[in-house]
Amino acid sequence: MTAKISLKDVHKAFGPKRVLAGVDLDVAQGESVVIIGGSGTGKSVTLKCILGLLTPERGVIEIDGADVLTMDAAERERANDQIGVMFQGAALFDSLPVWENVAFGLLAQKKVTRKDARGLALDKLALVGLGENVCDLSPADLSFGMQKRVGLARAIAADPAIIFFDEPTTGLDPIMADVINDLIIAVNDKVGATALTITHDMQSARKIGDRIAMLYDGKIAWSGPVAAVDSANNAYLDQFIHGRTDGPIKMALRA
Amino acid sequence: MDNSASILHPLRFVQGIGRVFLAFLATAGRMTLFTLSGASHCFRSPWYFRIIGRQMIEIGYYSLPVVGLTAVFAGMVLALQSYTGFARFSAEGAIANVVVLSITRELGPVLAGLMVAGRIGAAMAAEIGTMRVTEQIDALTTLSTNPMKYLVAPRLIAGVTMLPVLVFIADIIGVFGGYLVAVYKLGFNPANYLKNTWEFLEASDVISGLVKAGVFGFLVTLMGCYHGYHSKGGAQGVGQATTNAVVSASILILCFDYILTEIFFAK
Repeated sequence: MTAKISLKDVHKAFGPKRVLAGVDLDVAQGESVVIIGGSGTGKSVTLKCILGLLTPERGVIEIDGADVLTMDAAERERANDQIGVMFQGAALFDSLPVWENVAFGLLAQKKVTRKDARGLALDKLALVGLGENVCDLSPADLSFGMQKRVGLARAIAADPAIIFFDEPTTGLDPIMADVINDLIIAVNDKVGATALTITHDMQSARKIGDRIAMLYDGKIAWSGPVAAVDSANNAYLDQFIHGRTDGPIKMALRA
Repeated sequence: MDNSASILHPLRFVQGIGRVFLAFLATAGRMTLFTLSGASHCFRSPWYFRIIGRQMIEIGYYSLPVVGLTAVFAGMVLALQSYTGFARFSAEGAIANVVVLSITRELGPVLAGLMVAGRIGAAMAAEIGTMRVTEQIDALTTLSTNPMKYLVAPRLIAGVTMLPVLVFIADIIGVFGGYLVAVYKLGFNPANYLKNTWEFLEASDVISGLVKAGVFGFLVTLMGCYHGYHSKGGAQGVGQATTNAVVSASILILCFDYILTEIFFAK
C-alpha cells in the first residue's frame, strides 16, 4: 500500500551546517505520526521540506505516491490544497479578522463566496471551542492560546486530507496544552486526516500520536508505536523521553 | 598550520574582495529574479482587487497630505530662491517658467517619490518583514496562495498607478505654492504669472514627470517588498529591512531620475 506521505533519504544543509542527513519516514493513510527531537535537530526543516517551503538537496518526498519535489508551482499548489498546517506561533494574518483567517484557504481557492465563508468559519471556530464573539476580532486581540485554536480552525477549514502540526503545545500552560491535544484528537477523528506532528513535548506526543519517530543527527534514530516508546531500549530515545543530560545525545552549548 | 601566517597572507585581501563581489552578484541576481517574478505576476490572474484597492488608498490617499505639503513648500522656496538669484541679472520675469518646469519635470516626481519611499516603502518592508519572521508568508504558501501574487503584485500595481496621480496633484500644488509667494510676497501680477506659467508649459514636461513617477512608484514598492520579503532574524531583521528599503529606494529614485532625464531631454 502506498504511504500517504513518504520521505526517502532526504538531505538538507544550510551552508556548512548539515541539518538532515538522510531522513526516511513513511506515514500511512489516516495515521498520526509524531516526530520528536531536541531543539535544532531538524524537525521544522523536515516539515518545511514536505510543505515545499524549503527544497532539500537530495532525496524524494512523495504525497500519495507523487514526488512533490519535481512538481511545478501549479501542481505544488494543487498538492497543497489537501494540506492544512497549524503553525507554532499560529501565524495568523494580522490584517484580517479572525473569521477571514479561518476561511482564507477556501476564499483563496474560490471554493465559497465571502458570505458562505463566514458561516463555514463559524462552524470551524465552534469545533475548537470559540464562539461568534471572536470572529470579527483581530488576531492581536486574542490570547496566545486562542490564537493557537484559531490556527487549528484554519488548518482544518478546508477538511484537508493531511494536517501538519508544528509544535502545537509550545508556549501554552499545561491545561491549555491538554485542551489543544484533545482538540487535535477530536478534529483528526472528525476529519479523518493523516497527521504529522513535530514536537518536543512528550506528553503531547504520547497523547496525539499513533506512532513516534525520533529525529537525531539528521536521521530518524528510532521509530515505532507509541506503546513501545518506554520499552524501546534505544539509548537516544531513552535519554530524550526522560530528559537526562547524560547519555549519547550531546547538547550543543555553542552554535 | 600557523594561523598568523594565514591571516597575513597577501592573497587574503583578494579573497575578501572576491567574497564581497560574489555577495554583490548574488544579491543582484536575487533582486533581478524577484523583480521579474513580481512584475510578471502583475499581468497574470488571479488578481486580488480588494488588496490592490486597499494599497491604492494607502499610497494615493494617505500620502496626499505629506506629498502636498512637500510640494507647496518646494514651490514657495523655488519662487523665492529664483527671485533672489534672477534679480541679479534682471530676469525676475522667468520665475513662473522656472517654477513650473522645475516642479513638473523634477521636484514633483522626485520629492513625491522620496516622501512615499519614507512613508510607504518603510511600512511595506516592516509589514512584509513581520509576516516573514512570524511565518505568515509560509502560511500563505500552505494555503495555496502565491505570496508574490498576494503580497507583491498588488503593491507594485498600486505604486505604479498611484504615484503618477500623486505627482499630478503635487504639480498643481507646487505651482500654486510658487504663485502664492510670487503674487503675495514678491508683488507679481497674478494674471501675468499664470499666463507665463501656462504658456511655457508643454505637455511633454508634465508627461515626463508622470512617467518618472510611475517608475519611482515601481521602485519604492519593489524595494519595500524585496527587503521585507527577504528579512530574517526577528525584530532586528525587520528594522534592518525597513532601513534598507528606504535607503535603496531613495538612491534608486535619484539614479533613475538622471537616467530618465537623459532619455527624455538629452539632445
